[in-house]
Amino acid sequence: MTGPIIREDFREILRLVKPGSRVLDVGCGEGALLELLVQRNQVDGRGLEISPEGVSACLARGLAVVQGDADRDLDYFPAKAFDYVILSQTLQAMQNPRHVLGELLRIADKAVVSLPNFGHWRVRLDLLLHGRMPITGVLPEPWWATPNIHLCTVRDFSEICDDLGLSIDASAALAAGKPARPMNAANNVENWRAEAALFLLSRKS
Amino acid sequence: MTLAETAQADQHNGGVMTFAADQPLKLDSGGRIDGLQVAYMTYGRLNADRSNAILVCHALSLDQYVASSHPLTGRRAWWRTLVGPGLPLDPDKHFIICSNVVGGCMGSTGPSSINPATGAPWGLAFPVITIADMVRAQAMLVDALGVKTLFAVVGGSMGGMQVLQWAADYPDRIFAAVCIAAAARHSAQNIAFHEVGRQAIMADPDWRGGDYAAQGVRPEKGLAVARMAAHITYLSEPALHRKFGRELQSDGLSWGFDADFQVESYLRHQGASFVDRFDANSYLYITRAMDYFDLAASRNGVLADVFRPARDVRFCVFSFTSDWLYPTVESRAIVRALNAAAARVSFVEIDSDKGHDAFLLEEPVLREALGGFMSSAAHSRGLDADASL
Repeated sequence: MTGPIIREDFREILRLVKPGSRVLDVGCGEGALLELLVQRNQVDGRGLEISPEGVSACLARGLAVVQGDADRDLDYFPAKAFDYVILSQTLQAMQNPRHVLGELLRIADKAVVSLPNFGHWRVRLDLLLHGRMPITGVLPEPWWATPNIHLCTVRDFSEICDDLGLSIDASAALAAGKPARPMNAANNVENWRAEAALFLLSRKS
Repeated sequence: MTLAETAQADQHNGGVMTFAADQPLKLDSGGRIDGLQVAYMTYGRLNADRSNAILVCHALSLDQYVASSHPLTGRRAWWRTLVGPGLPLDPDKHFIICSNVVGGCMGSTGPSSINPATGAPWGLAFPVITIADMVRAQAMLVDALGVKTLFAVVGGSMGGMQVLQWAADYPDRIFAAVCIAAAARHSAQNIAFHEVGRQAIMADPDWRGGDYAAQGVRPEKGLAVARMAAHITYLSEPALHRKFGRELQSDGLSWGFDADFQVESYLRHQGASFVDRFDANSYLYITRAMDYFDLAASRNGVLADVFRPARDVRFCVFSFTSDWLYPTVESRAIVRALNAAAARVSFVEIDSDKGHDAFLLEEPVLREALGGFMSSAAHSRGLDADASL
């Protein structure tokens, strides 16, 4: 494939999202993923982004993006307004991730959620050996500067999905610079192996 | 006039559209205006398939001279930050229409026009008008100019209210809608400020129950005070402080009630220059129209229901952090209703300390974001393939 270098998690999302569908990207930043989805998958794409700079960059790209806060503003979207809602590396920075997760699958049929895995062996080892909040490739900031206020493990995430009546239809392990690797989120070994993880969710019928 | 100015002036057209008696303007109040006149300006040229027209809606105290100087006062084009060659609204690409609102005093029918029944100015016999009436008159003008569908309707403040009204009343006639520093209804605080202005005008002995024109006087003092009070609401505390602080006009205090402070002198100037270009009764009628504005009132207060027929329109909504007249919360209510109606909406809250007036001033983020929105809308409309007008 030619063209710009695509982040591996973006590539996996492009693979999961059906062409021509309606997509909301929550925390869309400057619109890099949303633009790819519009161009390559011909989706009807919308974005929600908290920073005015991000929203302006999205508008310049021709994307329809609303400045807002996922913690509060998802409540105002009607039910089933989208086929997919995407939350890429953002859930752990939410004030109320449980509420946000529920909202995602109220406004869309499917949700694509990716997050850093706090159960990764390097995180566990770092805490065990040094007794300090771990700093790793996917968690680069010190505890006092990190936006990640609600970190969780793959196992935690699987459990909250179960709690909320959500089913994990597909999951993949992510690592910087490596292709996404399909995984079984229920397998405890993956909770050690995956540096970050991506999930395709739907509501259990 | 320089060569460049002459070249640009060639693209300007304007005049007054007079509608025949069989085309009255029907009013929300139940009344009607026969022989309606709409004063307007256009900039740029309408393309062959008539798809590049943009209607700009003006704010309370402005007029149709959005991109050219005011013929009476010589004031420069009022939206020169956004309308002009190379800017988001570009007369080299778009056919830009701007008309004086009905009820105004720059050539459109208003309270200072002659009442055909009496041969004298209407004064308070003029019917109360609404934002929807203003928009209905604009639609008549757009029709008369041969434009079926507008590429965009754009406005700030009261102009933004008109944009929302267009979306509510003519969703099939607009492709894109840009609403800047506005609200879907006038707040109690805004009604309150308007009432101060109206009472100042009515308290002027020269107002004469609105009949001042026939009696050869003008309530200049009252109108000036109304403008002074309103002008404060267009700024912000930081903007006033930055501009004037507590600076004095001269070396010491006067120990009296002259304009000691620069901010006083500035406000007095604002008031005094306003009366040269604005009619007091128009001020009463237009502020009333804004006070009556409540877009969701006809839909049991559910704004999303108003926007549901407009879900194919591309909306872009802007607010400014320091605007306390039309604060961000008002724009957010519009955006939430548009989302609930599954409309295609973008929204940016721009960080500015210039208050409500920011929409008329140099704001690079506004210009760039609006430029991005307009060019992507033009692309979807197939306008960029049409560069050779």
